[in-house]
Amino acid sequence: MSTAPPDADELGRRVEAFLAEHDPAATEPLEFLRARFDAGLAWVHYPEGHGGLGAPRALQPAVDRRFREAGSPSNQPERNGIGLGMAAPTVLSSGTEEQKRRFLRPLWTGEEIWCQLFSEPGAGSDLAALGTRAVRDGDHWIVNGQKVWTSMAHEARYALLVTRTDPDVPKHRGMTYFVCDMTAPGVEVRPLRQITGEAEFNEVFLTDVRVPDENRLGEVGDGWRVSTTTLMNERVAIGGAAAPREGGMIGVAAKLWRDRPELRTAGLHDALLRLWVETEAARLTGERLRQQLAVGKPGPEGSAAKLAFADLNQRASGLELELLGDDGLRYDDWTMRRPSEVDFTRRSPGYRYLRAKGNSIEGGTSEILRNIIAERVLGLPGEIRVDKDVPWKDLPK
Amino acid sequence: MTDLLYTEIENDLRASVREVLEDKAPWTSVLAGTEKDEPYDAALWTALAGQLGCAGLPVPEDLGGAGASWREAAVVMEELGRAAAPVPFLTGSVVATAALLAAGERDLLGRVAAGERIAVLAVPFGTAPGADPAAGPAAPAVSGGALTGEVRSVADGLAADVFLVPAAGGLYAVDAASPDGGHVRRTAVTSLDMTRRLADVVFAGAPARQVAQGADAVRAALLTGAALLASEQLGIAERCLDDTVAYVKTRYQFGRQIGSYQALKHRLADLWTSITQARAAARYAASCAAAGDADLPVAAAVAQAHCSAVAVKAAEECVQMHGGIGFTWEHQAHLFLKRAKADSIALGSPDRHRAALAELAGLPPA
Repeated sequence: MSTAPPDADELGRRVEAFLAEHDPAATEPLEFLRARFDAGLAWVHYPEGHGGLGAPRALQPAVDRRFREAGSPSNQPERNGIGLGMAAPTVLSSGTEEQKRRFLRPLWTGEEIWCQLFSEPGAGSDLAALGTRAVRDGDHWIVNGQKVWTSMAHEARYALLVTRTDPDVPKHRGMTYFVCDMTAPGVEVRPLRQITGEAEFNEVFLTDVRVPDENRLGEVGDGWRVSTTTLMNERVAIGGAAAPREGGMIGVAAKLWRDRPELRTAGLHDALLRLWVETEAARLTGERLRQQLAVGKPGPEGSAAKLAFADLNQRASGLELELLGDDGLRYDDWTMRRPSEVDFTRRSPGYRYLRAKGNSIEGGTSEILRNIIAERVLGLPGEIRVDKDVPWKDLPK
Repeated sequence: MTDLLYTEIENDLRASVREVLEDKAPWTSVLAGTEKDEPYDAALWTALAGQLGCAGLPVPEDLGGAGASWREAAVVMEELGRAAAPVPFLTGSVVATAALLAAGERDLLGRVAAGERIAVLAVPFGTAPGADPAAGPAAPAVSGGALTGEVRSVADGLAADVFLVPAAGGLYAVDAASPDGGHVRRTAVTSLDMTRRLADVVFAGAPARQVAQGADAVRAALLTGAALLASEQLGIAERCLDDTVAYVKTRYQFGRQIGSYQALKHRLADLWTSITQARAAARYAASCAAAGDADLPVAAAVAQAHCSAVAVKAAEECVQMHGGIGFTWEHQAHLFLKRAKADSIALGSPDRHRAALAELAGLPPA
C-alpha cells in the first residue's frame, strides 16, 4: 500500500537499490526501462503504479542524473517530446485507470511515439474552431477531417485527437477528445514540406476512421477543457532547459565573430553585442523561472520565455547570415527529408534562419502569447468575441 | 547557480521600505520637493537611514552597519526607484560605501552606515566602471595635503558631507563643509533628473586625507554602483508598467477601455516580458556583488545594458499610453521618465557597457 511520498534521501536509496538489482550494462535496454517505470523511477512525481512515487517534481533531475551517470539506457526523449511533454500529463489528468495502465508505460519507454492531432487548415490559433467531425456509431466514433502541422505523425503509434461532436452548440462546448490509433484504417499521413525543404511536419487525413469509445479522454463535449491541459503543458515544455552562457544561437554567431575577423563591421558588432546582452538576460530569466518551479512557485514567466526565445532565435540566425555575407548566400541541402528531431546545430546557417521562423508560430503564436500575458498576467480586458454564443455550424468559415 | 529569487528577509525589508515611502514620499510630495531648494528629502532620509537602518545594509555589524549584503541593498534600490525617492542612497550607501569598504576605511564607514554622514564619490555621474577618473590631465591633483581641481555633474554633490575624490595616487576624503568657505565650492546644476540633483564641485586647495591607494576602491565603487543601479531601474520600470496598466483599464475611448485594444495590449505584454528579464538580470548582478563573484563585471554590464533600456522604454510607454495627461507636469510620469533617462546615462551608458562586454566576452570590435 502507498505510504508517505519519498524524500530526496529515500529516493536516492531506491535508485541505488534499483541499479544494484538491474545492471545497466547487462540488462536489455527495453527491459531496463520497463523495470524502471515499474519501480516508480520514471517520472517520480507521477502516482504509484503509473511510473512514479508521488514525490516532489523537483527531485526528478537528481534521479535522471544518477541514472545517466550509471550508464542507463535512454528513453530518447528527443524522439517523443509530444508524448512525454503533452500526452502523458493529459492522459494522467483526464484518462481512466485503464487508459493510464495501457498508455503510460510504452509512452515513457519510447516503445510508442505520440503526436498531436490539433491544428487544422482552418483552425490554428483559433483551435476551438476546428471542424474534424466525430459521429457516434454504437461503441465507436466515426472520424472525418483533416489535421495539419503534426510533427512526428509519420512515426507515431498514437495521437491526441480533438474533434467536433456537436456542431449545434457554440464552438468551445461541442468538442470531444480521443486517443487515436495512427495505424487504424483511414488514417493517412502525408509529409508537409516546409520552407527549409524538409518535412518535419505532416498533414493527416482522417477518412471514416473508427475510434472505440474506450479511447475517449474525458466526457463527451468536454474536449476543450482537456485540450487546455495539453496546451498548458506544451508551453511549459517549450520553456526550455538550463542553458550555459552563449548556449544556443547566439553562441554560433559569437563563434563566427571570433573565428572570422575579416567579416567584422562596426554595425554588426553593435548588433551582436545587443543580442548577446538580451540573450544573457533571457537565459537568466529562464534560470529564475526554474528556481521558482523548484520551490513550488511557478510564475507566469513561461510565456515570456517562449516569446523571447522565438525572437532571439530569429534575430541571431538572421545576424549570422548577414555576417557571413557571400557565404550566407549558400544553403546546405534542399532535399526533402523527414527528420525525427529538430537540430539547429548540425545544419547550415540558412537552415537555422529559415527554421527559426517557425518558433514564433508553433506552440502558440507570439501574438497569442501576448494576448495571454496581457489578459491573464496584466488583467487587461479580453478580446471582443463575436463567436462566443454562436453555434459552431453558423460561424463564418 | 546563484539564487535569483527574493528571500523572506528581503521581502520583509521591501515591505518596510515601501511603507515608509508611501507614507513620507508619495509622488505628489516628491514633485513638490523638486520646487524646493533642499538637495534631498532629509526627513525621508532620516526615516530610511535612521529608523530602518538602510544606510549601512552591506556594512558588517562590527563596522557599524546592518550586516546584510548588496542583495538587500538592491531591494531597497528597487523600492526607491518605484518612488523616484530623493535620497542619497545610491550615491552614499552604495557607491561611496563600496569605496570605503574596499578602502578599509573604518571610522568614516561607520558614520556613513549609521546615516550620520553622507559621503559622495566626486566623479561625473556618467562615469562608467571601466574608467579611471584619477587619470587624465583634468583630474584633481593633490599637493602637500591640499586637493585642487574641478569635477562636474556630481550626483548628490550638494547633499555630501564628505567627498571621496579620486586623484593621482589614490582616493582622498575631503570635508565638504569647508568652514572658511573657500576650499570647496559647490554649484547646483539644473538637472534632467529633478529627484537626484547634480552639482559642479570646485576644490581649491582643500585639505585632503588619503583613504586608499591606487584605483581599486574607485573601480569597486563604480562597479557595485552599476550593478545596483539596475535594481533601481527595475523599480522604475515596474512602477511605470503598474501605473499604465491601471490607467488603460479606466480610460474609455470609442466606448471601450483603451486597454482592450490589441495595439496597446501587445505593447504592454512586451514591456512585461522585458521587465521579467530586467528582474533576472538585476538580481543576478546584485547577487554577484553580494558574493564577490568573479562574474560581477559581466553581470553588471549585462544588467546596465539591459535594464537601462527597459526603464526608459517603460517610462516612455507610460507617458505615451497616458495620452495628453501623461505629458503634463501634474502627472507622475515625467518624474520617472527623467530619472529613467538620467539613470541610463549614469555610471556608464548602455553603449559603454556593451563595449566593456565586448572585451569581457572576447568579442573584439571590427
